[in-house]
Amino acid sequence: MSSLRKTLDKLKPHFSEGGRFSKLRSVFDGFEAFLYVSDKVTFKGSHIRDSIDLKRAMSVVIIALLPALIFGSFNTGLQHFRSIGTEATVLHSFWFGFLKILPLIIVSYVVGLGIEFVAAQIRGHEINEGYLVTGLLIPLIVPVDIPLWMLALAVAFSVILGKEVFGGTGMNVFNPALLARAFLFFSYPKWMTGDKVWTEGLTAGLNIADGYSGATPLSLCAAGDTTQLPSFLEMFIGTIPGSVGETSVIAILLGALILIVTGVGSWKIITGVFAGGMAMGLLLNLYSANSYMELPFYYHFVMGGFAFGAVFMATDPVTGSQTETGKWIYGFLIGILSILFRVLNPAYPEGVMLAILLMNVFAPLIDYYVVQANIRRRLNRANIRVNNVVK
Amino acid sequence: MFRSVKLKKGFDIRLDGVAEKVIAGETIPARYGVKPVDFPGLTPKLNVRPGDKVKAGSPLFHDKVHPEIFFTSPVSGSVSSVLRGERRKMLEVVVERDGNDNIDFGRENPENLSGEEVKNKILLAGLWPAVRQRPYHVIANPVRMPKSVFISGFDTAPLAPDFSFILQNSSLEEFRLGISALSKLTDGKIHLVLNGEGYLSELFNQVSRLEISYISGPHPAGNVGVHIHHIDPVNKGEVVWYVNFQDVMAIGRLFGKGIYDHKRIIALTGSEVLKPQYFRVLSGASIEPLVRDNVEKGKLRYISGNVLTGTKIAGDGYLGYYDSQITVIPEGEYHEFFGWASPGINKFSFSRTFLSSLFPKKNFKLDTNLHGGERAFVLTGQYEKVVPMDIYPMQLFKAIIAGDIEMMENLGIYEVAEEDFALCEYICPSKIEIQSIVRQGLDLMIKEMS
Repeated sequence: MSSLRKTLDKLKPHFSEGGRFSKLRSVFDGFEAFLYVSDKVTFKGSHIRDSIDLKRAMSVVIIALLPALIFGSFNTGLQHFRSIGTEATVLHSFWFGFLKILPLIIVSYVVGLGIEFVAAQIRGHEINEGYLVTGLLIPLIVPVDIPLWMLALAVAFSVILGKEVFGGTGMNVFNPALLARAFLFFSYPKWMTGDKVWTEGLTAGLNIADGYSGATPLSLCAAGDTTQLPSFLEMFIGTIPGSVGETSVIAILLGALILIVTGVGSWKIITGVFAGGMAMGLLLNLYSANSYMELPFYYHFVMGGFAFGAVFMATDPVTGSQTETGKWIYGFLIGILSILFRVLNPAYPEGVMLAILLMNVFAPLIDYYVVQANIRRRLNRANIRVNNVVK
Repeated sequence: MFRSVKLKKGFDIRLDGVAEKVIAGETIPARYGVKPVDFPGLTPKLNVRPGDKVKAGSPLFHDKVHPEIFFTSPVSGSVSSVLRGERRKMLEVVVERDGNDNIDFGRENPENLSGEEVKNKILLAGLWPAVRQRPYHVIANPVRMPKSVFISGFDTAPLAPDFSFILQNSSLEEFRLGISALSKLTDGKIHLVLNGEGYLSELFNQVSRLEISYISGPHPAGNVGVHIHHIDPVNKGEVVWYVNFQDVMAIGRLFGKGIYDHKRIIALTGSEVLKPQYFRVLSGASIEPLVRDNVEKGKLRYISGNVLTGTKIAGDGYLGYYDSQITVIPEGEYHEFFGWASPGINKFSFSRTFLSSLFPKKNFKLDTNLHGGERAFVLTGQYEKVVPMDIYPMQLFKAIIAGDIEMMENLGIYEVAEEDFALCEYICPSKIEIQSIVRQGLDLMIKEMS
């Protein structure tokens, strides 16, 4: 047995009930469970259990997020150096961006996990792993220049009012990461909308090169200026202004591949969202009342947070549809609503966030109807039999 | 034409320690235990006291609700102890073997008997508990007539005994007699369900009244609950009975020889067994002579049954009433440093989150470690992949937890047993005790409906 294990075993009694530090039990348990998988064995039911636990499932999502995080770091640097009109190496850009994003990640985890520890302590539960993913998602869907105190407030809001009051991970109605973003969006719109917030340093406005606007493709479209859009390829690669992790569709698709191959993310929801987006895009093409509506549907996939939302937000198993048929419907409707909000509502250039939050509310209803269909099948089966017996 | 169903959903857990197809020489254990806990929902009433002499077939205890259901001694000898647990719950009635005295129940051809006579004979000899029913997965209520009777002709559980091998070493005549007795108990069909990928039905041509179907697929394709669901599903108010394959032969022996001879061929399996093979033993036999000097060192888990649904017993514990398999695996009381983060070449998983999924043919040695802590339901769409029935597992579990009787009924509680969801429990990343939840639901239904 390693010395670390021995130390933990020695410390454990102090953190248990009645121990000196029993108020820190959840923290100790959390760290112990992080370092060592528990030695608990089965005592009833199946004698063997799968090697997977929630920590494993959640770490797969985190790995899937890494490409977006790495590219986001690079792009943050790239946009910054573009805005001040200087050239920088890839590595330099990445490092610059990474140092800007790191504080966001730290604040998100410290505040969020801090609340989780307190909640676990109060409930007498073990720490839930859900926040490990949420904590990384939040920095990836906000503008890099967001003040840290705002981020902290948003995290606290979403974890306490969005999750813990419902009973913790697994019980929440709304996707916590999107809730944090919605909180920021409605409370501090100045920091969440417009052209300037997406590029590091642009709001401060020092040494900005002439002609750099920082406008995202979505705001260009909302302004009816589709001719100014970057090329499809550029938007696909992601070297455009936007939230930290949302710009590169390549990085997101890499993440989607990891989620789908491991089975942690639902391919049905992801496909559903893209199918819905395509359907709505084509429908708008039919009307073509303005240049935004004329945009080919696949442009929507590479603009704004559509891809990121489809892969990492819509697939949240807790807030999404829980039946397999429901997942198709849920994803499809998210796709439709995202594009609908985007194109037809000028107040919300980014429709994905609201579409997913809205569908979070409707997911139980979708499941209700899917399950009702099963119940009806069962009743029909019984009725057919009764009729046959009567004959 | 035979009915044939191919199932896609399910999962085969690939374990080390398959029994070699050899039947070991005669081992006659000295102690036998009949365990009331093998029968969910039973309230037992003792018929004997420690020290009493019994014969094979003498009642040890009976069912308080249905006093005509007897549980009899598998051997002749004397009752050595009655083990009780918390709140004096009766756990085991132990009989020390001595001699070969049988109670004579009389040799009779079931064809010449009425249904009532057949039933009484089975009840008296202590074989009635072998007949179970859906709904609720409990001993069949002898008062009701079932719409059909099912016999599963294969077992897909991890390391399960091979029924075609068992059949080669058993008497088909006894099976035929057993079927002929069972056919007196129902107006409906008697279904024998065989493995669609396994042996052929020709052997059973000489057995009349049998309706043969084929089902194939990964575990739980061999579960009788899955068969009933696909062939003759239980609707509200209906009853279906089922009997284990080898118990049909025991019923046949009762009529052919007039004795209670509850012997069967069992497989001794698992990674910790030095020589995994088949044995011929009586129900309730102590496993001690089977595993003595035949297992690895270390702390072990002895299971009567398979790793998914079996019962934990001691190394000198007794074979369960319904089990035809003993499994021995290592206990898993160890802390694993960053276990959740390891690449996992040796970690078997239904999910594809470990590198082990790159080796789809390899067998694994699994222990009893939980591999995580209990959480709320988080991931979705997992259970559905291992339940080959038109049933929404997670919704059903939640209805049970909420105690919502109507919803449980709507979602198919009458069709299921805890064993049908054992794989859900195995794969559950939240480590939820699903089989206990389902049993709770069934017990609640029994209480509400009676």
